[in-house]
Amino acid sequence: MKLQKATRGALFALLELVRYPAQQISAAQIAERYGISANHLAKVLRDLTRAGLVESVRGAGGGYRFCGNAKRVTLYEVISLFEDTAGSTSRPDPGDDTEIGQALARVMNEINEIAAATLASITLSTLLKIVDRDVAARPAARPSADAPTGPDPTPGT
Amino acid sequence: MAKTAPAQRNSADTATLAVRTAKGSDVGAVADLDARITGIAKLAYWEDMFERYGKRSNRYFLVADDCGDCLLGFILGEVRAWEFGSPPSGWIFALGVDPDCRLRKIGSRLFAAMCDCLAESGVDTVRTMLARDDGLNMAFFRSQGMMGGPFIQLEMPVAAKRGRGTEADSTG
Repeated sequence: MKLQKATRGALFALLELVRYPAQQISAAQIAERYGISANHLAKVLRDLTRAGLVESVRGAGGGYRFCGNAKRVTLYEVISLFEDTAGSTSRPDPGDDTEIGQALARVMNEINEIAAATLASITLSTLLKIVDRDVAARPAARPSADAPTGPDPTPGT
Repeated sequence: MAKTAPAQRNSADTATLAVRTAKGSDVGAVADLDARITGIAKLAYWEDMFERYGKRSNRYFLVADDCGDCLLGFILGEVRAWEFGSPPSGWIFALGVDPDCRLRKIGSRLFAAMCDCLAESGVDTVRTMLARDDGLNMAFFRSQGMMGGPFIQLEMPVAAKRGRGTEADSTG
């Protein structure tokens, strides 16, 4: 399963904003950190604003901040904003109506269901715990090396 | 006998929470709590679980209570070895927390206590299995640090194979 650019940008942005809740971070800062297009990310952030997950803060030092519940918002919810996770809009492919096509679809559905269940079980907060564990497990890790200036990491959950 | 918590109790206080090994007198409260969570009453099952898990080594039946008063949660686990080639590992196969007392870290405390028991038994891995649509427990175990493991659960209706045991089968 490969996520689309917009989805990856949304997840990068949300996780960055959850990780540093005391800061407003601009689209340009996030884009630079993850090596993605700032223009594209700005559009993604507008979608996230409409979805009620982030809000923009105007003025000097302005940017975006997360306004959802990181212990409740799952990867599946975010991905569903940008991709057809249910497969409901995908058009039938040639051969789908054959016996072999139907058996193949059943196997692919099994994979999709497992993927969906996995994504629906991981909240933004849980994903950041995975990040923290990975960082802690690295020898001579420098967890604040890629943090924005004056980080104020989210309290442990 | 410990009672299950009344519905109005939803304190954020965790100071009075205690996790301990289940006693025979807890079985009724565990069965009541499980019935509230699952909607299925099965006292005989829990009595059997206590006989099999509450009194043997490398098998653990833990409960969380509020100063010995109200039973707020339970967890069961054991050490299993060499099933499908797996070296000895810990298995958690039941977890329940009073729905009115969520967000008090009761599940986290029970899970940590179970991990302590399993570690003392000498295993370094803990596993569980969940229904794919059991989002609540799946999210809980994920939040505790569990990830997908190397095993995949498979199943089928046994009726599909009944009476075919003596037929030749090219795939073995």
